[in-house]
Amino acid sequence: MLIALLAESAAHVSEHLPDDAPPPFPPFETWHMPSQLFWLAILFSILYLTLSRVILPKLSDTLEKRSDRIASDIDQAARLNDQALEAQQALELRLAQARNKARETSEKARQKMDVEMAAETARVDAEIEKKLDTADARIAGLRADAMKNVEQIAVDTADVILGRFGVSASKSELKKAVSAALE
Amino acid sequence: MNLLNPSVAVDPIHQFQITRWIEFHPGGIDLSFTNASGFMALGVILTIAFFGIAASKGSLVPSRLQSMAEIGYGFVADMVRGTAGEEGLKFFPFVFTLFFFIFFANMIGMVPYAFTTTSHIIVTAALALLVMTIVIGYGFYKNGLKFLGLFAPSLGDMHIVGKICLYSLLIPIEVISFFARPLTLSLRLFANMLAGHIMLKLFAGFAVIGMAVGGIGYLVTPLSFIMAVALNALELLVAGLQAYVFAILTCVYLSDALHPSH
Repeated sequence: MLIALLAESAAHVSEHLPDDAPPPFPPFETWHMPSQLFWLAILFSILYLTLSRVILPKLSDTLEKRSDRIASDIDQAARLNDQALEAQQALELRLAQARNKARETSEKARQKMDVEMAAETARVDAEIEKKLDTADARIAGLRADAMKNVEQIAVDTADVILGRFGVSASKSELKKAVSAALE
Repeated sequence: MNLLNPSVAVDPIHQFQITRWIEFHPGGIDLSFTNASGFMALGVILTIAFFGIAASKGSLVPSRLQSMAEIGYGFVADMVRGTAGEEGLKFFPFVFTLFFFIFFANMIGMVPYAFTTTSHIIVTAALALLVMTIVIGYGFYKNGLKFLGLFAPSLGDMHIVGKICLYSLLIPIEVISFFARPLTLSLRLFANMLAGHIMLKLFAGFAVIGMAVGGIGYLVTPLSFIMAVALNALELLVAGLQAYVFAILTCVYLSDALHPSH
């Protein structure tokens, strides 16, 4: 029914077609073919010449320039990177050198200080030793003196005590007796 | 063009009608500038304008337009390189021209009331014959008689009797397939554009008629309208695709001219 309706309306419309209706299928008409070929040849040639002579070389130039530029930029970046690496290595080398030097200097200073300290200690030790020796000698002297006095006192005391007992002894005997007792 | 004329509104063939815009009859031959020529010229002008403007600056960091043109350039260059190899690049300007000539013609055809130049067999046939002329001409120019080896693919090691038997089958097939090429090349593009535009027009016409008829026609109109919209999308795809198919087949045929022994 739908198709019938459509056909009817189409028929209705086709009534309005002019009497000199065009032949049914334009692509197979022949009258326009020479003109189509003629204008196709002209227009296609124009397009081909314009594109191949003017526009495509320009486009390819641009693309080439860009790829060149990118390649050279990449080269330069690589070169700069190498330089940076070199600089970094040099820096590290110098840092290591500086560190070594610092270690050496401090080591030297420490050794010098050690030597000085040893010398000073030895000197002071020797001084102390000397002072101790003198002191020892003095103590020994004093002690000998004291002992001598003790002996004298003992002799004197013994003499006095013997005198009380009414015994007299010679000084030499007394001395002998005292020293025997002291030993 | 009377847009209100009902015959224009529903007749699916009317859009292929050729009318003379400027009469031109040198030597009695009708070379008038027609609507077909006009829209063809429009396509050429648009192509030149688009690529001309896009390429004019040639800046290292491309604008959007320049980027589009460069993508088109790369697309066709890759197509030629991929099918015909590095030597095929000497035909790059030709393939580029062919592709964008057809592409713009097809795309202009998608605009309502515009004329589709590629919907005429004479145009597509001329382009196909141009391609085949270049293939045959360059094939013989570069390879001499070795170009005929295209029709006799090498069979490798085989007994002479087997070779004769196979060649008696193969050669006719190869010859026929070779000479069918311009026919298929031109018919494919022509038929696609023609059929697509007829379909579009039919469904769009149904939508109009449905409204005019009323009743059940109110059901026809939305359906036809949806179909017309969907077909429009499909036809846009076909318009691009057919230009691509034409160009890539040209590359394949040119590749035969460059390397006739498969």
